[in-house]
Amino acid sequence: MMKINNIILETSIKVLLFIIVLYSVYIFTAGHYYPGGGFIGGLMTAGALVLLLITYDIKTVAKILPFNYRILTAIGLLFAIGTSAGSILFNVPFLTHAFTHVDVPILGELSLHTATLFDLGVYFVVVGVTMTIIQTIGEDE
Amino acid sequence: MAQRVTAVFSSIATLIVSFLNVQKVKNAGIQTLNISSWDAPFGITLVSDMFSAILVFTTSLIAFLCLLYSFKAIGEAREKYYYYPVFHFLLVGVNGAFTTGDIFNLFVFFEVMLMSSYVLLVLGGTKIQLRESIKYLLVNIISSALFVIAVAYLYSVVGTLNMAHISARISEVSTNGMPGILTVIAVLFLIVFGIKGAIFPLYFWMPGSYYAPPAPVLALFGALLTKVGVYSITRTYTLFFYHDRDFTFQLLSILAILSVVAGVIGAIAYWDVKKIIIYNIIVAIGVILYGVSVMNPTAITGSVYYLIHDMLIKAALFLLVGVIVAITGTSNLKQISGLITRYPGLGWTFFIAALSLAGIPPLSGFVGKLLIVQGGAAGESYIGAGLVLMSSLLVLFSVMKIFIHGFWGQTRFYKGEDKVPVKWLLISPVILVVMSALFGVGSESFLPYISQAAETLTDPRIYIEAVLKE
Repeated sequence: MMKINNIILETSIKVLLFIIVLYSVYIFTAGHYYPGGGFIGGLMTAGALVLLLITYDIKTVAKILPFNYRILTAIGLLFAIGTSAGSILFNVPFLTHAFTHVDVPILGELSLHTATLFDLGVYFVVVGVTMTIIQTIGEDE
Repeated sequence: MAQRVTAVFSSIATLIVSFLNVQKVKNAGIQTLNISSWDAPFGITLVSDMFSAILVFTTSLIAFLCLLYSFKAIGEAREKYYYYPVFHFLLVGVNGAFTTGDIFNLFVFFEVMLMSSYVLLVLGGTKIQLRESIKYLLVNIISSALFVIAVAYLYSVVGTLNMAHISARISEVSTNGMPGILTVIAVLFLIVFGIKGAIFPLYFWMPGSYYAPPAPVLALFGALLTKVGVYSITRTYTLFFYHDRDFTFQLLSILAILSVVAGVIGAIAYWDVKKIIIYNIIVAIGVILYGVSVMNPTAITGSVYYLIHDMLIKAALFLLVGVIVAITGTSNLKQISGLITRYPGLGWTFFIAALSLAGIPPLSGFVGKLLIVQGGAAGESYIGAGLVLMSSLLVLFSVMKIFIHGFWGQTRFYKGEDKVPVKWLLISPVILVVMSALFGVGSESFLPYISQAAETLTDPRIYIEAVLKE
């Protein structure tokens, strides 16, 4: 069988992939003030990876991004439980968050919030779970 | 191996912490924690009153013993595919559901528990497991959707999700009896938790689904999952919907009695060891909920006592049935006989567990049932109290049938029985039966804990004041 040459798809993915990932990171970081957050950001990143899977095959993608997504899920859960349980060290109830405003030279005033770390956990879990589901179904014969 | 060591350490730690928690609640009253420092009705509150504290302790104990049993019973293939992580997620769900003080958080913990139970049910992938998981999944997804609908109705009426605050708001609008819509919501909650907890017309999924998984998983399910449904019915009915008892409590009482009747019919009808014990779960749920529906201090104390007893003894019985099935390779009673000559330890442990289940005096089943019957008689509900008494006889008959046909008679030899590590497998059920016997003999020393739990259930103001601090 002759291999179908999908050069247009492969070229356009190289441009699109970065735009999608960038947008998903934007959505993730904007979650506190605008619609967005860890869930939708993670889903969008997973969407970008799925686009990669459609263009190439599972083995090639595993070579480009050698992640074990199950471990990524575990790391995400660890982030969530870590930021929640960290509050116990400061003698306040579980899940109490702290925030502060910091002046960074170029970026200006930034508000840093530990809820972002929790959200990062959500982000990792969503990416990990989505990719695990898709890869497991894809590899299944 | 690393998985086993970690699991044992975390289980022992949970056991110790939950025991300390019981002592703390005993000495210092109801413990509340406002998660993330938001005050009571606005954030999620975790509430540990005596009822939930002893349930969490019992859960931890049963979980630890099921874990020990799993080491030799579950097999390497399942262990490799995340058996222990999912096992612990199930415990997260159960302990969370017992401790939460927020109705929507209760839903979330129900889902944590149910999703883990789906995985545990299907893990291994044999044909029967696949078939029964589909049924179990369908039923529980429908009941979860109903749960969300019920919470939505309740939220639109009272405008809050904190359980203590809901209770306070309901008493505000119920000065002249509960409004009709709240009765509807009460019945909706009964349907939702009734499906989870397998009461009379809603238990149809249980005999099949519980037949499928391996013994330690079955013991966890039988001892914990349905009891979370019972706990939720008890909590919502004693905390929210106690203002107009004519309709809701009567309905609960009728359904509880019918569960007892349906359960004993199933228990005496089958010649299958697992099925008999599964139907006995339905009987026990009926007895406990009957005690709740009578709603006087004696009956409630009896219900709490019987609930703890039943968790211990059901776990023990399912683990023992697991040993029997492992030895004989079948759960058909007609193909089993004469086990007692070669397995006396197994035989006598089963005998004591059976007597305890039926409620023979020095053992733990007796005190709870006695209090429930006393409470029923004091509440002038003689038919119910009589049926609960009668059911003991048939429950005894159903488990003695296993003992007489399975353990007496001609000694048989079974294929592959030498490979079964009977001594190791017997450790957990023996400990459970000893605990249950102690729970019965030393009921005097346990009663302060139980009655403290019942006190909160009969007087919701204690709960509300502890949470809202007014």
